[in-house]
Amino acid sequence: MRVVVDLNRCQGYAQCCYAAPESFALRGHEILFYDPAPPDEARARIERARLACPVRAIFVEAADLHAADVQESDPSKVDLPKVDRP
Amino acid sequence: MSERPGIVIVGASLAGLRGAEALRRGGYDGPLTLIGDEPHPPYDRPPLSKHVLAGELEADATALPHLVSLRARWRLGQPATGLDRAGRTIRLADGSDVPFTKLFIATGARARTWTEQGADLDGVFTIRRREDAVALRRALSRPPERVLIIGAGLIGCEAASCCRDLGLPVTLVDPNPTPLARILGTVVGEVLAQTLRRSGVDYRPGARVRALVGEAGHVRRAHLQDGGAIDTDLVIVALGAVRETAWLARAGLVADSGGVTCDGACRVLTREGPPDVDIVAAGDVARWPNPIYGGRAITVEHWGNAVEQAAHAASSLLRPAQPKPYVHLPAFWSSQFGLNIKAVGLADGADAVAIVQGDRASRRFLAVYGRDGRSVAAVSFDQARWLPAYADRILAGAPFPPILDATDQRRIETLAPGFPPLRTERPVLEMAHV
Amino acid sequence: MSDDTLFAEVLDGANRANPYPIYERLRRRPVSRQRDGAYVVSTHAAIRSLLFDPRLSSEDLPPSRRPRTGNPFKDWIINPLKNRVATAHRPLIFRDPPDHDTLRGFVMKEFTIARVNNLHGRVEALVDTLIERCRGRDEVCLVEDLSYPLPVAVICELLGVPEADEPQFHAWATQLATALEPDARRDEEARRATVTTFDAIAAYMRRLIRDKRRHPADDMLSGLARRGDRGEPAMGDVDLISTAVLLLVAGHETTVNLITNGMLTLLRHPQELARLKADPERAPRLIEELLRYEPPVHFRTRKALGAIEIGGTTIPPGAPVVLLFASGNRDPERFSDPDRFDPSRDDIQHFGFGGGLHYCVGAPLARIEAEIALVTLCRRLVEPRLMADPPSYRAGASLRGPSNLGIHIAGIV
Repeated sequence: MRVVVDLNRCQGYAQCCYAAPESFALRGHEILFYDPAPPDEARARIERARLACPVRAIFVEAADLHAADVQESDPSKVDLPKVDRP
Repeated sequence: MSERPGIVIVGASLAGLRGAEALRRGGYDGPLTLIGDEPHPPYDRPPLSKHVLAGELEADATALPHLVSLRARWRLGQPATGLDRAGRTIRLADGSDVPFTKLFIATGARARTWTEQGADLDGVFTIRRREDAVALRRALSRPPERVLIIGAGLIGCEAASCCRDLGLPVTLVDPNPTPLARILGTVVGEVLAQTLRRSGVDYRPGARVRALVGEAGHVRRAHLQDGGAIDTDLVIVALGAVRETAWLARAGLVADSGGVTCDGACRVLTREGPPDVDIVAAGDVARWPNPIYGGRAITVEHWGNAVEQAAHAASSLLRPAQPKPYVHLPAFWSSQFGLNIKAVGLADGADAVAIVQGDRASRRFLAVYGRDGRSVAAVSFDQARWLPAYADRILAGAPFPPILDATDQRRIETLAPGFPPLRTERPVLEMAHV
Repeated sequence: MSDDTLFAEVLDGANRANPYPIYERLRRRPVSRQRDGAYVVSTHAAIRSLLFDPRLSSEDLPPSRRPRTGNPFKDWIINPLKNRVATAHRPLIFRDPPDHDTLRGFVMKEFTIARVNNLHGRVEALVDTLIERCRGRDEVCLVEDLSYPLPVAVICELLGVPEADEPQFHAWATQLATALEPDARRDEEARRATVTTFDAIAAYMRRLIRDKRRHPADDMLSGLARRGDRGEPAMGDVDLISTAVLLLVAGHETTVNLITNGMLTLLRHPQELARLKADPERAPRLIEELLRYEPPVHFRTRKALGAIEIGGTTIPPGAPVVLLFASGNRDPERFSDPDRFDPSRDDIQHFGFGGGLHYCVGAPLARIEAEIALVTLCRRLVEPRLMADPPSYRAGASLRGPSNLGIHIAGIV
């Protein structure tokens, strides 16, 4: 699953660290380190962390969100072409 | 799918993704295409220069969550090479044309590379893309004998912090008197300079690298302008970014390496003057008049702007009859050497700075910047909790200093912030943060 | 009724059961001056703004009279004398940075994630035992049967205070909790009572801390007391005692309200009770909505150090400033349909634990206790029904909650 924290908003309240200690940790006085790709089994704890955040800085992708997307290029087969730059 | 080509977003990073979400949230139900030059779905860049370099996160762990269902068509690994505004098509690198009804430009920026002698040597890195971080991480774990970092901006200092955490010898070279001097001035930058030295970084302010010299194609030495030399086998070039606007060169827009110029509602301006109301821009690439800074046209290369401006630009596309000015207080964060640095506003151009909370000696403080008697910016070192109050005062155009009689406030001393004079060779590019 | 006496109405016990209509009237202005000179802040935006404003102080004393912390000579000799003179003990909720940060830092080093999360199983066992004791009865008195004893047992275990001493500190704790109410702090007699009570509980803590030094255990008080012995930076004894008293009192006098308000709210919304029973995973969002809808602490009072212009009002230096959290939580500018209890809402940015630098230290523990208590009550009580609505309330307008919550039950499973 995918998680991103808006670190402009984060104030280091550390509520997420209690709710999902495997995925969130406070370093020093107020640096939040988090796992942006926690395993699916952690979803309930991540949801708890999201809800407990006093500044609502945690964003979590809902399950099965990509069903309606269309990939027109297979990323694994694409070489990075060079753009002409003046 | 309807017959109309719908909205096309060029740029599949943070601003492009959040823009797409804002369009769907705003009720747009038509076809939506995202074009990205990188082969990856949108990913988060800030961890690259921190946790990915440190080896704490895999580079592919930072894929960004989608917050709404996009029902989008993705064309990844395909850079746009041209825009035909009259024909309403985008040319891609493979020669194909993608038609659009409305266009959302979010091509961002790329790392400024080393262009002096030694540019083609192995062992010379930048940090912008996922591949850059992967390659650099691999090289750091070999390990190198000494890392040379060119440029003491945010990325350069974060990289220095990571390298020291990895136990690597590091030399950091920068022409300014202190790190972050251009964005925060030397009074605040000096705190970081002391931190760098205390952490064992061989920090060389006031120095410039003239040339990189190699042996058997791999970098071995850097020659400084003052005649000195540094033995190094790994160089990180952290000289800021250049906006990705080359593909707009013949589109009749006001675009250069400093960005694409927009009106206040994020709609791109044509060379003739008026905006093209069907084309908007957001994120690092968008230069717009920010009302907070007297309508001065700026680009803001920060995470928060990508998110907010994308939402604003999407609303300008969806509701062309009611263009609203985009008002944004720039903000950024950086973690390095165990310190959390957060800032709001644009400090460059300030004529005064004051430490208003805590003190520099403890490395926990908040500084406010003033210009012509108004508060224009604030930065906190491990004091983020007060920052919202100062952000509110800056938004309100409060006098400088904005908050007196505060708790944990020593006698306020106003200092000259110590911004280095603008380098004449690239006056425009440095307006935004490096 | 004029606007400058609205806060007096909030304090009036007659309005304890439902102060929300008064809050709604207060919100007509973000900040309203009361006749007694206090400024009541009632909108979400204004409260949020002031929580981060360094011009608001939690200190009772002017800076010149504040004993500084961290100097052994001052902690042992000067500060106790000053405290006598000032007749005020000063735990960290009444401190500003940098002292506040120093003290809170020590507490956080002991209030570790592992220590708090390890209490999970213990809380479950306690809740089951307490509910089991009600077997055979057709009535649960929630406060005395569960809401009060649960947090007392938990905080005692966490701190290392013998639970057997609870009868001894019960009265002290109740008195000190009422001392947080604004009328108590203005009244000279109540102030003196607080000092007497504090002397008693401080003497108790002093003995306990001495024991911890001799016979340390794996608890917070031992950890706090022994830091200095290990040569680490540590609190002086004066601060250690105030901190211990604060944690003991705050650890149960607030959680009791959260649990009781929670069950009251669920019994008033039977469909939500049924949903929680069917899906305990719903508990985290239900707890957050509860913290918005019926928070355990309704307001805290601070003091303006300088003039603060906010919401069209200028608060003068020295004025008491009441941050009315429970009103901000019901602000229609911030929450749609704010008077509806709706755990499904996705934007629950509440002030249930305050905010800013004084954000409730015990929040993670309160969440655990409330969640386990409410989920287990819903599962185990058969056909629970409120016996009286509204219930009777405890005296406090700030630490607000029922004094008793009678629940009819058809049995226990």
